[in-house]
Amino acid sequence: MKVEQISIFLENKSGRLAEVAGVLAKAEINIRALSLADTTDFGILRLIVNDTEKAKQVLKDNGFTVGKTEVIGVEVADKPGGLSEILRVMKDHNINVEYMYAFVQKSAGNAVIIFRFDELEKAIDVLRKSGIRIMRGEDICAL
Amino acid sequence: MIWNEEFETLPREALEALQLKRLKNLVERVYTAVPYYHKKMDEAGVKPADIKSLADLVKLPFTTKEDLRLNYPFGLFAVPFETVVRIHASSGTTGKPTVVGYTKNDIESWAELMARTLSAGGAHKGDVVHNAYGYGLFTGGLGAHYGAERLGAAVIPISGGNSKRQIMIMQDFGSTVLLCTPSYALNLADVMKEMRVDPKTLKLRVGLFGAEPWSENMRQEIEARLNIMAIDIFGLSEVMGPGVASECIEEKHGLHVFEDFFIPEIIDPETGLPVPPGEQGELVFTTLTKEAFPVIRYRTKDISRLITEPCSCGRTFYRMQRITGRTDDMLIIRGVNVFPSQIEHVLMSIEGVEPHYQIIVDRQASLDVMEVQVEVSESIFSDEIKVLEKLGKKIEREIKDLLGVSCKVKLVEPKTIQRSEGKAKRVIDNRKL
Repeated sequence: MKVEQISIFLENKSGRLAEVAGVLAKAEINIRALSLADTTDFGILRLIVNDTEKAKQVLKDNGFTVGKTEVIGVEVADKPGGLSEILRVMKDHNINVEYMYAFVQKSAGNAVIIFRFDELEKAIDVLRKSGIRIMRGEDICAL
Repeated sequence: MIWNEEFETLPREALEALQLKRLKNLVERVYTAVPYYHKKMDEAGVKPADIKSLADLVKLPFTTKEDLRLNYPFGLFAVPFETVVRIHASSGTTGKPTVVGYTKNDIESWAELMARTLSAGGAHKGDVVHNAYGYGLFTGGLGAHYGAERLGAAVIPISGGNSKRQIMIMQDFGSTVLLCTPSYALNLADVMKEMRVDPKTLKLRVGLFGAEPWSENMRQEIEARLNIMAIDIFGLSEVMGPGVASECIEEKHGLHVFEDFFIPEIIDPETGLPVPPGEQGELVFTTLTKEAFPVIRYRTKDISRLITEPCSCGRTFYRMQRITGRTDDMLIIRGVNVFPSQIEHVLMSIEGVEPHYQIIVDRQASLDVMEVQVEVSESIFSDEIKVLEKLGKKIEREIKDLLGVSCKVKLVEPKTIQRSEGKAKRVIDNRKL
């Protein structure tokens, strides 16, 4: 149900993002989804990759501070109202979104939204009961 | 003008006789009243009776900040606590401050010393003294305050901060003498410019600046921009507070040490031995009259040298050259002493934070700014911005609580802080004095 996401601490310096990408490329790791959150001084790069453990290791070996978090991926129809429905359900159950990002699947015509909720288990439960499809971690990594 | 003609112009011989009399009395007093000094003197194999001349001073053991820390808070007080009427404190090297006490007589002496200082700087009865040194545990505010009252001046106890209001009060109250740190004086000049206040329209005539190191260049800048005479004054809380030494307006070259109250020495910081006359070294003070908190051969860690040539102002006291550096890593940020070890202490007290940090000091708009860079280790890293921002704010708050100086915390990637020979460089001071 849950997807493993790695997060990387980046200082706001030119070239840092390029270095991360370079390290992953060299290790032949494929990035499935990503988001970059930025503040004045630093940024947090969040990635879902095809091989979490390996990615984490190579980044650590290259001196990056790396974290691992569990998030969930939800599949919605790539049409107006898809996101709105999920967020309404979450709001009704007082579940807070810490952050989210989305990408569109080319083949299936669906959008995948990655969510980080404050109460992960409760969120999974609510989504299920509302009939919203939660993607399996391995499916996302294998996309 | 010389405030106390009798003592400030004593012939050297008479002065040294007075110093010896006071020194003997001091040593006798601390040996009897302070167990710690008693023990240290016993260990050094010296008894009060061994002090027969001023040259015997070197037989006495040094007192260091570490001795003060070990005796926190009142262990080195030499009088019954009921006779202490004032307590001040300054930064210690870790979490605990350095505490000093004063009897009623000490406060009287201090007022005399600051009256001498103000007078040496050209202030007099009838002046309006704008005292922008901080009031509180810091000795600057109250020390200068009592001296200005003793002088017969009208004191504005405005303390630090809120520059616009300071300038309004200078205009409206007709301040003639400014007391603050040299960097704050420049900040006031900046704010005056912003407010389109021409310093020439103010009644300010002279400023006495201390509590942080500054330079001849800064003096010229302050004098030109504020249209005043700028005088360097010196003091430290462990010895008294402001009023230990002061320049005279006649020469503005070296600070006369009030030698009837304090004996200055210059030593080699490595060997502890006196340096040849006139050479640079670490400044050491012995307090001759202090009752509540006397110190014997207190190592200031400030670098200076003594000028023994007579001065045209008529004072017979030797002069110390303006402080040119430190033997340790102490920083002075907006007049407040800051030790990197204090910052480390704060970081260590926060769970998960590793003491990989660097302090970057700069001067922006004439004010010192301190940035503390902290490396983000895995134990504090979070994928949520708010968690990291909260951590940064927490460190900022705790540093402010401990030091009384605000700083900006910047989270940086691991290993970005320069490590030289395996040891991290803790401080980068970009200020140009």
